[in-house]
Amino acid sequence: MTTITGTPPARPVARRARRNPLRRRRLIGLLVLVLLLAAACLASVAFGTKIIPFAHVWSALFSPTGAEDDIIVRSLRLPRTVLGVVVGIALGLAGALIQGHTRNPLADPGLLGVNAGSAFFVVLGIYLFGVTSLFGYVWFAFAGALVASVAVFTLGSVGKGGATPVTLALAGAALTFLLGGLVSAVILIDTDTLDAYRFWNVGSLAGRDASIAGQVVWFIAVGAVLGLATAPGLNALSLGDDVARSLGHSVRRTRVLGIVAITLLAGGATAACGPIGFVGLVVPHVVRSFTGPDHRWLLPASGLFGAILLLVADVVGRVVARPGELQVGIVLALVGAPFFIALVRRRKMVSV
Amino acid sequence: MSAPQDEKVRARIIERTPPRVPGRVPFRAAFFSAVWRPRTALVILVGLAVLILAMAVNIGRGEFPISIPEVLAVLVGGGDAGQQFIVLDLRLPRSLTGALVGAALAVSGAIMQAIARNPLASPDIIGITWGASAAAVAVIVLGGSAGSVVGLLATTGLPVAALIGGLLTATLIYALAWRKGIQGFRLVLVGIGINAVLVALVNWLLIVAQIYEAARAQVWLSGSLNARSWDHVLPVGVALLLLVPAALILAFVLGGLQFGDDTARGLGIRVNLARSGLLLVAVGLAAIATASAGPIAFVALVSPQIAQRLVRSARPPIGASLVIGAVLTVIADLIARTAFGGVELPVGIVTAVLGAPYLLYLLVRQGREARA
Repeated sequence: MTTITGTPPARPVARRARRNPLRRRRLIGLLVLVLLLAAACLASVAFGTKIIPFAHVWSALFSPTGAEDDIIVRSLRLPRTVLGVVVGIALGLAGALIQGHTRNPLADPGLLGVNAGSAFFVVLGIYLFGVTSLFGYVWFAFAGALVASVAVFTLGSVGKGGATPVTLALAGAALTFLLGGLVSAVILIDTDTLDAYRFWNVGSLAGRDASIAGQVVWFIAVGAVLGLATAPGLNALSLGDDVARSLGHSVRRTRVLGIVAITLLAGGATAACGPIGFVGLVVPHVVRSFTGPDHRWLLPASGLFGAILLLVADVVGRVVARPGELQVGIVLALVGAPFFIALVRRRKMVSV
Repeated sequence: MSAPQDEKVRARIIERTPPRVPGRVPFRAAFFSAVWRPRTALVILVGLAVLILAMAVNIGRGEFPISIPEVLAVLVGGGDAGQQFIVLDLRLPRSLTGALVGAALAVSGAIMQAIARNPLASPDIIGITWGASAAAVAVIVLGGSAGSVVGLLATTGLPVAALIGGLLTATLIYALAWRKGIQGFRLVLVGIGINAVLVALVNWLLIVAQIYEAARAQVWLSGSLNARSWDHVLPVGVALLLLVPAALILAFVLGGLQFGDDTARGLGIRVNLARSGLLLVAVGLAAIATASAGPIAFVALVSPQIAQRLVRSARPPIGASLVIGAVLTVIADLIARTAFGGVELPVGIVTAVLGAPYLLYLLVRQGREARA
């Protein structure tokens, strides 16, 4: 038998934590992310079909004269960059959240059926209501994302065990297949729908004006706040449902809040830009290398890195195929997949 | 004492004391031995009967209806010239392609699920069918601009390109997943990564294409059995004849592999060799099936699971999966052809829409089992 000698005094522990190299690494990491994001924003404004010198960018932002460069920067590049930042944050954050909630390092926001739901509603919008503008797609896509994730959550919690990570993943896969089949049925019947849908289906930041960012930014903001608020609960959940419950955490509340947050974030992002894969999958893995598994650090860092990745991929897509451009969704898959495979090969996947 | 008598005695001893598997009867002939499972045999026989019936119904339905007895009569050599033409030259190849493609996909899925020990591992999830699709869509989109080549490409080039695409993708996945051996989980993960690239590639090809090419590609992408002739039956048939026996022989080690690599090695299985051989067979079947009919969704995923439950075995059974896959595809094709009035949907849409509820049913049942 061991004797219980009482808990060690709390203060020295706290002091040690302050000198903790992990903490310093996290702070430096966050700082680097912020600087990188600033650089990515600058690059996103400056590079494109027409490369604008940084000096002109500066004058266009702060003392516009109405010259051609000023118009390009203010009416095209700036809204696009803002949208990229908003959507990137949403995707990165949603990815970290869903990996935490499903305790599955391979989870992607698409897992909840968000993309499939959006795609189905957009196709219905085009086919039944003749919507063909990006502006019109936003609401259909968002509604689809909501309906799909509510359906997945309901189906996933049919059993008495409630919504477990496995049942959620299976329900998401089933719904994705079902809606995918219906989407192909509609676009096979109607070629015009296919014509409009195929351009929505590759995620892109192009051609979205500031009003689209304005529409979705509120959902994403609410989702981000909710998501960040679940960070302590997620830390408890990562010990397993039973341990979390015995520590006094409401597993159900954390999970419901988390799913609402993921839906708002991923749904908002998909509504604005179409389905963009891989950000949510890859970002948390990179960020975890310097934050460790603590969600209070992981979540904000994932948001920042998501924005950086999306902006960089967008700039790359604009530069490699001038004067045209490669859609950001395609660039991300081409760049993200080799990275992901390298990750899989390098080590055992870190369980979340 | 003479040697032959020794042999006889030993033979008699072996005969008297066959190895006992509790509750099961061993089936042995010469150097072959297996457990005799009447349930498996029953499932396969009933499945075959249903398959023949479904094919007969599928052949009979259409603009020129033929009754089932007449169809069966034509199949065994009777019927008038008109019926013979319609059945043998027009409708039988289509049904047969469906059955063979379904069988090939199901066997492929059964092998992969058994190797990865994961019901979600199937050729459509790890990218092999998408590899074939990307190649085929590239031919449709990029070959379309060449004008006169289109006809030739559509009949011979398309399946060949799809086959090459599928095999190349599989090689790539295998090479990237190899790290001192092949591990099921890593293979699936690498496959998911490759799959994402291929999906992006297909989406990109669809937007650079002319709209009518995109529409044609979309039909192909849905998995269709329209206008399949004997030319399509032959490659799948030959592939099945060669690869299914190979799979059945190689599958003897699957039972050992279920216990994990270390135990399997301890049992004397050459783990990497066995797994590579099985994967090769699975990939070959999936690639050929996709080349002939496009990526028909869900058959490879669902058939082995249904077969496993019907047979009540510990892992997806190959023989029963084969029959179930064929039955499912033919029935789905029957629905796709006839259930929507004038509109003939591609069979892949029906399999996707039918398969999803099944996956949900599995989910609900799992929930109940967890409770019990």
